Amino acid sequence: MRLRLAALLAAALGTSLLLMPATAMAETTPTPTPTTGGAAPDKNPIVEGANITVTLKDLNAGKGEPKPVPGVSLTVFKDSATGEEQGTQVTDQTGRVSIGIPGNGKYVVVLDPKTLPDGVKLSGKGETTKTVQVKLASSNFVQFQIGAVVVEKASLGSKIIDGTRSGVISGLLIALAALGLSLIFGTTGLTNFAHGELITFGAIATYVFNRGFGLPVIAAGVLAVVASAAFGFLQDRGLWRPLRNRGTGLIAMMIVSIGLALFMRSIFQYGFGGSTKTLSEYVVQGRDSYGPIDLSHKEIAIVLVSVLTIAITCIAMMRTRLGKAMRAVSDNPALSASSGLRVDGVISAVWVLGTALTGLAGVLLAVQQQVNFQMGFNLLLLVFAGVTLGGLGTIWGALIGSLIIGLMVELGPVFGVPASIKEVGALAVLILILLVRPQGILGKAQRIG
Amino acid sequence: MDFGTIIDAAFSAAFGPQAIVFALAAIGLNVHFGYTGLLNFGQAGFMSIAAFGLAVTVVTWDLPFWLGIIVGMIAAVILALILGVPTLRLRADYLAIVTIATSEILRLVFGAVEFKDTFGGSNGLTGFVRPYQNLNPYGGGIDLGIVSFSRNDLWSITVGWSLVALCCLLVWAVMRSPWGRVLKSIREDEDAVRSLGKNVFAYKMQALVLGGLFGGLAGIFHILKQGSAVPTDFNTTFTFYAYAALLIGGAARVLGPVVGSMIFWFLIAGIGSFFSEATKGSSPVIPDWIMTSDQSSLIRLILLGLGLMLLMIFRPQGIFGDRREIAIDGR
Amino acid sequence: MAAELSDARAALAGVSNEPGAPKPDPIITGSNITRTFGGLKAVDVEKIEIQRGVITALIGPNGAGKTTLFNLLTGFDEPDSGQWAFNGTELGKVPAFKVARLGMVRTFQLTKVLAKLTVIENMRLGATGQRGEKFFSAIFKSLWSSQEDANTKRADDLLARFKLDAKREDFAGSLSGGQRKLLEMARALMVDPELIMLDEPMAGVNPALKQSLLGHVKSLRDEGRTVLFVEHDMDMVRDISDWVIVMAQGQIVAEGTPQSVMADQRVIDAYLGAHHDTDITEIDVEDLEAEADAELDAEEKKA
Ligand SMILES: Nc1ncnc2c1ncn2[C@@H]1O[C@H](COP(=O)(O)OP(=O)(O)O)[C@@H](O)[C@H]1O
Ligand SMILES: [Mg+2]
Repeated sequence: MRLRLAALLAAALGTSLLLMPATAMAETTPTPTPTTGGAAPDKNPIVEGANITVTLKDLNAGKGEPKPVPGVSLTVFKDSATGEEQGTQVTDQTGRVSIGIPGNGKYVVVLDPKTLPDGVKLSGKGETTKTVQVKLASSNFVQFQIGAVVVEKASLGSKIIDGTRSGVISGLLIALAALGLSLIFGTTGLTNFAHGELITFGAIATYVFNRGFGLPVIAAGVLAVVASAAFGFLQDRGLWRPLRNRGTGLIAMMIVSIGLALFMRSIFQYGFGGSTKTLSEYVVQGRDSYGPIDLSHKEIAIVLVSVLTIAITCIAMMRTRLGKAMRAVSDNPALSASSGLRVDGVISAVWVLGTALTGLAGVLLAVQQQVNFQMGFNLLLLVFAGVTLGGLGTIWGALIGSLIIGLMVELGPVFGVPASIKEVGALAVLILILLVRPQGILGKAQRIG
Repeated sequence: MDFGTIIDAAFSAAFGPQAIVFALAAIGLNVHFGYTGLLNFGQAGFMSIAAFGLAVTVVTWDLPFWLGIIVGMIAAVILALILGVPTLRLRADYLAIVTIATSEILRLVFGAVEFKDTFGGSNGLTGFVRPYQNLNPYGGGIDLGIVSFSRNDLWSITVGWSLVALCCLLVWAVMRSPWGRVLKSIREDEDAVRSLGKNVFAYKMQALVLGGLFGGLAGIFHILKQGSAVPTDFNTTFTFYAYAALLIGGAARVLGPVVGSMIFWFLIAGIGSFFSEATKGSSPVIPDWIMTSDQSSLIRLILLGLGLMLLMIFRPQGIFGDRREIAIDGR
Repeated sequence: MAAELSDARAALAGVSNEPGAPKPDPIITGSNITRTFGGLKAVDVEKIEIQRGVITALIGPNGAGKTTLFNLLTGFDEPDSGQWAFNGTELGKVPAFKVARLGMVRTFQLTKVLAKLTVIENMRLGATGQRGEKFFSAIFKSLWSSQEDANTKRADDLLARFKLDAKREDFAGSLSGGQRKLLEMARALMVDPELIMLDEPMAGVNPALKQSLLGHVKSLRDEGRTVLFVEHDMDMVRDISDWVIVMAQGQIVAEGTPQSVMADQRVIDAYLGAHHDTDITEIDVEDLEAEADAELDAEEKKA
């Protein structure tokens, strides 16, 4: 494996007012194609009007020509790093972000060092902020370098430890959402393509409670989980239960969920906008060393909250009457109904629990990363992969599958999966495992006759 | 507010190249889902592999155009075989997950910076359309009032609608035959078909290949009509839209996907253009605080989502389908 | 007909009543067939032989493993162990469709009609060796239309025999439960099987239809086919079967002619557990039928 010894990072900052050619955005055919998947957007269009445009290039990579650095998150604040946020974007394939600003003044660009690709470190003193003075009267295209520094050679061991850390964290987040999906699938048979939007719902609700109502992030997160649960309850009552009652088939319901996903995602984009935004607290945190592992405080909190929640959910499913009822309905709805269970009530409870778990995944994801109208949609495939890998409809399967998927995604690059498409490894493993064990790791074969 | 613009946009889209791409892709989905009951959510994958098969052959390897077309179509067949072997024996939902995963894998790989030399990275590949455009017999574009097409579009719709007609003819011919009857029976209950001595796996595979070929054709036509092969065009959302088009027209009908695609694009373009007109200018019809011009482009997606839900709930057979014949219920 | 009947029974005259007893002319022979689900041994058959040209009934309480045994024999499920042969051909790993082509066709306990196809299309599907079922010849109607006409004629004859001709153009999904059973049986006959295996053909069928179904099953034997069927209705079993095999908890516990089996203490034990004093013909037939009806209802609701 080739290790990059030194990396030089240069940032070019440009500001301009109405100078960008309008044709860049012109749409010839109306193509409703929001991008999907992938950490880095394929193209960040240059914002019309006043904007700060940053291009990140790695001077040491590429042969002679600096190589763009995609997938790095940059945020612009007014006046100082604690000032009013103007917007956040992730660098596209050309290493570019373009964030709109209201007018003249001092702006601070903050780079999230955690989003830098492996092996690329900021040079100089490792500064993650840059201050820009914007004068709109004349267009200026400022280019400056951050400096150069030698990056320590990353050993294979530390790469594995880093990959495992991020893998476990994303695995746990996927597991929360997968648990929700699996519960709902198990009891109702619904393959819910709108499940990703439940994640986004949790994240956006957190943002609204936090930035909109000014609540601290933790309080906002708790409220967002409650809101998610309420949303799940209403969704079941208002949509899925009536559909079940009129005998709509499972495939028809699956397509309804595709429509619902598109509907909700577009509504989110309508209300929340297309850009990526941050919560007010815990945005950038340094990591402390705990033995060989580096963890930030918020990462510790995320791991604890998700492990506890998953553990409590599993114990509750095993021990409480409601949990047993849920498993009974999931095993055989007709039999449970004839033995006097209130199946509809149990399904309502499953929706509330499932959407609360999924909403929590969104909350934690918002804290861990940022908030975006399609963050859940981008995660959905991995959630599905986790559930399928473990075996459709089994709770333990969903957990194990999700952790495997999380680890595969983050460890893939260590073992040669190109870093810009690290999801590919996990998806390929999913397909290979299904080849050998069609019912998933913990699933059971179905009945015939 | 200019209603002429709106009407032109709607009709031009309904008959234009984009509707053809959807029609071809949806004809493939109709073979998969409508007739055989295979939940292929990776039609975009069949499109992208054929498209890049052509583009890579011509641009990267510098081989002839027609060879590229053949490579593209063969690639689509191979993808069908690779997908089919592990999944066609499994429950329907597994095929759905595996096909989505595969189409995303393909999209990511085609767009990866690491493979830029072969696939062109996120900007994709260009420079393979010359032989296609050289065949264009038209001297210029047309403007018939309610529709207008450029010279290139005129050529594309000539080629495209001819392809659609041929595909429909083929689908019609095979679906009225005993072969088509086996597919429809597999959709209803594959164990019953098995118990009557039919090799269900082989038929599903044939259906997957045939529908995948239509998908591949859609992908090739897509990059020919726009002159570039861009990975992000082939995302899962595209597949969902193609399903929407199919369901609007009615699954398991020969012309369902074609009519559906035209209606889909008529509505998408018409609504899009309406709201863009309504929010345009310094004193727009819809005030800024309700809807900005950025937001206006989202209305069609919101309505599309809502429409798909309502369609599935109240008219699962599509606008022209027969309720008793519709494939989509049960498992 | 009477002569044939006695022929069939005469062939079995010397066969012992022990489970798995060898038959003079077996069409199916099997040994050590086991299938477990989790910890449950659903099928554990040491030896089984089915006599050619007779009607054999497979009875046993619910959950005895009859359907699972059907699934295993016809290739719809894979056993944990065991061998079995049809007409001397080993069927170990043979897939279900090949088993059917060999001439061993089964129906399902929960009927599997193709709801969105018409009755006549359901029937046509059953015909074997259709040229039009190959993709490339399917494209050209002239290559298959004459064969299709012949198949249609045969299908119409069968429909008439099963009194379904009035429903010819109806969607199969619109048929009643009993009519579906009839259609499934008629469709299986389109394959022209040597052995036809019927899984609870009478469940959910109304009494009037039941009588005619009985006649059909008998006529199958008279055509020279072998019939193996699962049934709960003891009257029917006594009425039409030449031989009865009793399963309980996955095992074959007894065999014999209908009369001898119904007097067999092992059978009474198997059905009734501790309640020895009840006559076997009065076992909870009603209950069992009600259960089957409920299953059917559930299935219809799904469809
Ligand atoms: N796919 C399966 N998974 C788990 N258990 C099964 C499965 N199929 C059958 N069984 C169990 O095997 C036993 C035999 O079932 P079955 O063959 O359907 O009985 P019968 O047809 O005699 O009523 C039952 O206890 C049933 O619950
Ligand atoms: Mg049974």
